[in-house]
This record gives sequence, structure tokens and C-alpha cells, in this order.
Amino acid sequence: MTIDATDRRIVEATQAGLPLSPTPYAEIAASLGLEEDEVIDRLAALQARGVIRRIGIAPNHYRLGMVANGMTVWDVDDRSASRLGVQVGNLDFVSHCYLRPRALPVWPYNLFAMVHGTNRAQVEDKRAKIAALLGSACRESDTLYSTRILKKTGLRLGREGSA
Amino acid sequence: MTRPIYKPDATDRRIINALQEGFPLCSRPFAEVASRLGIAEDNLIARLDRLRKRGAITRFGPFFDAAAMGGAFCLCAMAVPKAQFDAIAEKVNAYPEVAHNYQRAHKLNMWFVLATERPQDIEAAAGAIEEETGLAVLRFPKLEEFYIGFRVMA
Repeated sequence: MTIDATDRRIVEATQAGLPLSPTPYAEIAASLGLEEDEVIDRLAALQARGVIRRIGIAPNHYRLGMVANGMTVWDVDDRSASRLGVQVGNLDFVSHCYLRPRALPVWPYNLFAMVHGTNRAQVEDKRAKIAALLGSACRESDTLYSTRILKKTGLRLGREGSA
Repeated sequence: MTRPIYKPDATDRRIINALQEGFPLCSRPFAEVASRLGIAEDNLIARLDRLRKRGAITRFGPFFDAAAMGGAFCLCAMAVPKAQFDAIAEKVNAYPEVAHNYQRAHKLNMWFVLATERPQDIEAAAGAIEEETGLAVLRFPKLEEFYIGFRVMA
């Protein structure tokens, strides 16, 4: 799937965030020489196509007191990994959940579920709930706590042609 | 991680929870959200401004799917010797393709996400990092995502 040149300008103008003004889309439109309606319609179309996953906020877990961040990883039987992944992803305390390839022999885990808490005991509690859900389909697991954020910028599109 | 914690009040919490679910596409979106929350539009805007300035929210706006625009993401991990850790982190972070990077307590102690506009650029970036650091970059591209949205607080 691709996006046209106008969509791309809208992506570039909004990827750092929306202006905090009563009419944010009109401001973006003005900065691009477009009509407000066109910006709104194009953003809606991008969202309908899945290019925009959602519009909203990304909370900073750390600053909100969720200082324990555990990447829980699980070696789940391939035959049930997709089915169980859906169930783990549906747990309200799991913020991201992915199935990924293993890297044997150093890395036997294929299911990744991100769990946050105000302390490690909370994360361990949540981890136990995931373990209970996976049951005997899980052979081995681990939790990798983050000890430092080294970089956090998110996706940045370059100017067209310069990327 | 040593920065002070922001203590959101009850209204902040409702805003944080509501805006993780979505933000309307209409001429006066803040007015619409504010009316749902029973607060004034200018109060909502002022609170978001404060949450952003205090670092309680990292982003406010559209979240793009790089894959849907023809791009790609890949989680990568490295086992970095302790003595070299900061120097290697600096080298890795210098790549614009590195969207975020975390130190984690494990033998694989550096975990970063590559985000590129074209899938083939993932391999190029991972290969360049391997060459520059002399360390293996394990690639963990997502095979399936169990995506249900974001929720942080009750």
C-alpha cells in the first residue's frame, strides 16, 4: 500500500503531533495550503486503510509512576501460539503482544508481552496471570526489565526523496 | 527513570484514558472530547499542554503504521559487553532508523526497534550496525501482532 504526495505531506506535518489549538486540523491545513475538510477527509481515509492506527495520546509509563517495565517472553508451542497470543493480548494489563521468530539456541522465546507496573511485584503478579493462561503450552519463560531508556523518538519520515 | 513522577488528578486520568481510545476527526475535536468528559474545551487543551510539558504523555496525534505505508519495523537485540555499553549505545542511537532503544537486564542487554520506509532498509541498517560495532544484531520481526489498543490506567 502506498500514499500519495498530499497524504505524505499530511503525515510529515502531523507525525510529531497535533497542535493544541481548538481547530488543529485547520491549522495543519493552513500550514500546507489545503482546506480543513480535505485534511480531515484524508486523515479519515488513512485511518480507514490502517495507515493511521489511531489518533490519540501515548502516555509515558515512567512519568506516570509505572516505573517497572517488563518485557515478558514465552516459549509457546507453535500449534497454539496464535490462539493463545490473542488471549494474552486481550488481558487489560498487556500493552503490546507479538509473535516473533525464535533465535535458537540463545533465544527460545516466540511470544512477547509487554507489562507495566508501579513496581516489580506488580509486574510479577501480572506475569503469573499470563503464565496461568498459557499453562502447559508454555515450556519456558523470562522477564526482561528495562533498566534505562536509551532512545525514544518513534517513526520519523524523511522529506520525500531524502530518505 | 530518576525523573520525578507526575501525579495526575482524577480529571487528568479520565483524559489520559479517554484519549488512548481515540480522538475525533472533526473541526472542533477538543470541544467534542471535552463535552464527553464534562469539562470545558480550554480546560482540556490546557491540561493536555501541561501533561505534554511535564512529560506525562510522549505523543499526541496520529500513530502511523510504517508497514501500511510500505515501510517496516523490526525489534533487534544485542549482547553488549558492559565496559562498552555506553559507547555502543551512542553508535546505535546515531542511526536515524533506530526509533527507540532500551537497556534491559539480560545477557541480551540492548533492545532497539528499527523503523524504515522500505522493508529492505531494515537489513541494511542492521547490517551496518553489526559492521560498525562488531556485534551480532539478532532480528525479531513481528510474525503476528495481537493488537487491542493501549490502556495504562484505570
